[in-house]
Amino acid sequence: MQTLTINGIDHQFDAPDDMPLLWVIRDLIGLKGTKYGCGIGQCGACTVLIDGVAQRSCMVPVSSITGLKITTIEGADDATARAVRTAWQELAVPQCGYCQSGQIMAATDLLSRNPNPSDEEISNQMGSTICRCCTYHRVKLAVRRAADTLA
Amino acid sequence: MKKAQPINVSRRHFIAAGLTAGAGLTLGLAIPGIAKSEETGPGLAGSDQADSTLAPNAFVRIGTDDQVTVIAKHLEMGQGTHTGMATLVAEELDARWSQIEVVAAPADANRYNNLLWGPVQGTGGSTAIANAYEQMRKAGAAARAMLVTAAAARWQVSEETITVRKGVVSHEASGRRASFGELAEEAAALPVPDAVLLKSPDEFHLIGKDVVRKDVGVKTDGSALFTQDVERPGMLVAVVTHPPRFGATVKSLDDSAALKQTGVRGVVQISSGVAVLGDHTWSALQGRKALRVEWDETNAMQIGSDEIFADYLRRLDEPGVTARTDGDADALLSGSGKVLSTDYRFPFLAHAAMEPLNCVIEQHDDGSVELWYGAQIQTMDQGVVAKTLGIEPSKVRINTLFAGGSFGRRANPAADYVREAAEILKATGGKVPIKLVWSREDDTQGGWYRPAYMHRIEAILDDNGLPKAWRNRIVGQSIAAGTAFEEVMVKNGVDGTSVEGAANLPYAIPNLKVELQSTKLPIPIQWWRSVGSTHTAFATETFIDQLSHEAGIDPVEYRRQLLKEHPRHLGVLDLAVRQSQWGQPISSNRARGVAVHESFNSYVAMVAEVTVNDDKSYTVDRVDVAVDCGIAVNPDIIRAQMEGGLGFGLSAVLTSEITIDNGAVVQSNFHDYTVLRANQMPDIRVHIVPSAEAPTGVGEPATPVIGPAVANALSSLTGKTYHQLPIRAA
Repeated sequence: MQTLTINGIDHQFDAPDDMPLLWVIRDLIGLKGTKYGCGIGQCGACTVLIDGVAQRSCMVPVSSITGLKITTIEGADDATARAVRTAWQELAVPQCGYCQSGQIMAATDLLSRNPNPSDEEISNQMGSTICRCCTYHRVKLAVRRAADTLA
Repeated sequence: MKKAQPINVSRRHFIAAGLTAGAGLTLGLAIPGIAKSEETGPGLAGSDQADSTLAPNAFVRIGTDDQVTVIAKHLEMGQGTHTGMATLVAEELDARWSQIEVVAAPADANRYNNLLWGPVQGTGGSTAIANAYEQMRKAGAAARAMLVTAAAARWQVSEETITVRKGVVSHEASGRRASFGELAEEAAALPVPDAVLLKSPDEFHLIGKDVVRKDVGVKTDGSALFTQDVERPGMLVAVVTHPPRFGATVKSLDDSAALKQTGVRGVVQISSGVAVLGDHTWSALQGRKALRVEWDETNAMQIGSDEIFADYLRRLDEPGVTARTDGDADALLSGSGKVLSTDYRFPFLAHAAMEPLNCVIEQHDDGSVELWYGAQIQTMDQGVVAKTLGIEPSKVRINTLFAGGSFGRRANPAADYVREAAEILKATGGKVPIKLVWSREDDTQGGWYRPAYMHRIEAILDDNGLPKAWRNRIVGQSIAAGTAFEEVMVKNGVDGTSVEGAANLPYAIPNLKVELQSTKLPIPIQWWRSVGSTHTAFATETFIDQLSHEAGIDPVEYRRQLLKEHPRHLGVLDLAVRQSQWGQPISSNRARGVAVHESFNSYVAMVAEVTVNDDKSYTVDRVDVAVDCGIAVNPDIIRAQMEGGLGFGLSAVLTSEITIDNGAVVQSNFHDYTVLRANQMPDIRVHIVPSAEAPTGVGEPATPVIGPAVANALSSLTGKTYHQLPIRAA
């Protein structure tokens, strides 16, 4: 039996060592907000924060993160995440919505490290997370708005 | 001013929904099982197939708790249709936007068919708002009329003295007021009116305003429910090994290693391959890795993209079936004038929605089945599942969930992935619920692509530099052939989806011919956002630019001269040009390009601004979009669809391409099937043409226009023609 601290709560589960964190979160623990998009770290739909740093949960074997604190979209509610979410809602960023957990986690990660990013920094960071609805125009505007809110 | 518009609402009684505490008002008939929308998703409107008699306007329910539920017959796949349906109902109902919730309709073609498709429930072709515009308004208006009648009866006043505003029914003279919920039970006892009054556009307070999408909350906190997220008691996850080459079948199977994997519960063979069932996704995927399958490639495809395009190029020398002919283009083009000619080439494209294909299916004790997934053509899927399982379509209940994108893929003419789920259920005896999950690799390599096409356009100019003859030959697979859509879409040997955008070229050209050769290949193909226009708009709109350069006339002015009979094309063209900085100085490595195109009865023009770097790489920096989609029901969603739609098209311009080698797909995931990313997204300004015309679709029409706008900008800088997508370098 293994234990992970996700969104401040300890979860116990039984998983093979090589099982990616993504599937532990989704299929064993049952938190469904973190999405599967590619399984090879290309799309960013599965982005979570591990000890505050954005990582692709599909690329993280669960055995490699014992003792670390994980934040998923369901638990992202610090001031930065709240500002991001509010900006996302005000600008009606989501379309199909499937990638948006990853987008919001990526934006939260950026603003946590860099509260006043340049347009280029926003573009580059958000360029890591694919949205096939191509909500990118609003994604970038929303990151800027969230940064302005936090300033 | 209210204009009386009699409608065909049959006279019958409201039936209490019986779902909320106390009685409620249901317009249409009761739909048992409609759960109050959970915070987890769009809500599931359960169906009662025993009640599947004709019952129009089963679209709105008002509970005694003052909640207004709009039952959306169209799939929400990102295009905003749930919000659109709700807006139309709420407008005529004079409801408060905040009291509206939306649930997905059950699969029932009698009540929830697409009015533009006949007796079929489905979403596609940018038809949602276009077909439901009056239907949903009438549904809302009828409910409003009954609330007014109920209030008038309760207060003993005339109906004319009652007003309804933002969910409150009032009698101003006496100061009496009641919420919808307070009147619901009394209204439910009244007959449905035969005729309702619809508002005139100057009375709209929601249509034309930027009401907030209903789904932004659940789509920003992780609680939106997608197929991927469905869990059922005892459910197993199934992944399928498909043949590596199109046309191959299973020769032999060794599942011994797969079955030894932790969590693997079974392996079954189905018509499309071999399915591995596991306790969860990871175990099923691990089991699949351990599977040993030998493929019978006797009938497998052996050729690839190179051979296909070489064949298509040869075919361009031969005439095809005539899709349109005005005057005598053949005679002029074989005469002595200078013929301008360009061959175009378009690759296969995957839809690559962010949510890979999936479907949950469960068999009940009575033999009926229930499905949960992003169903796009419910009626067709019901039929396929029923046939696969040997049951009646009425025994197939579909819970339509949010789809994590589709772009046409979930409107599969063969219901391919839904059939796969049903086959796995059948092969496992219906004992446990099955969640079929396609991996990204399955999704990328699984076929059902936008077909590859080639075009040849040839033209001769008159003394004024305007085209006097134009011939456009198109070669490619027919999407409709062999499907249920063939009878409607293929006329006189011409698949309308292959030539749309080319055969209805709006330019005034006296001698014009469009020909089609439909090819047959074992590669399954399908509509992809904007369908035929994905290639026809690029070919025609870059070629018209090429002609304008030959004539020495500004491309915008050239189009204006040829579009005099097409005011809506001209309207968007002029608006996009006016809002952009067309004709103004620009640095030497930057340029602007223009394109205009109609698809799905909506008109879109774009001016794209590009920068070409020394290494021939290029960026698209800014795009001005003008759209005329008739009455703009929700301007913000229209803007979002223009932004996203052009981004989707830009992927295919910059980078996306499926290639086939020896019958197998070369690309497998996002590292090699590359798509647009945020750092490649231009700054976009959307301008909406004010219009009183009937509303038309916005999901698709932006997609085809960005390609030619970008290519035309590149051409004006480099002098080259761009005739092959993707354009990897300027």
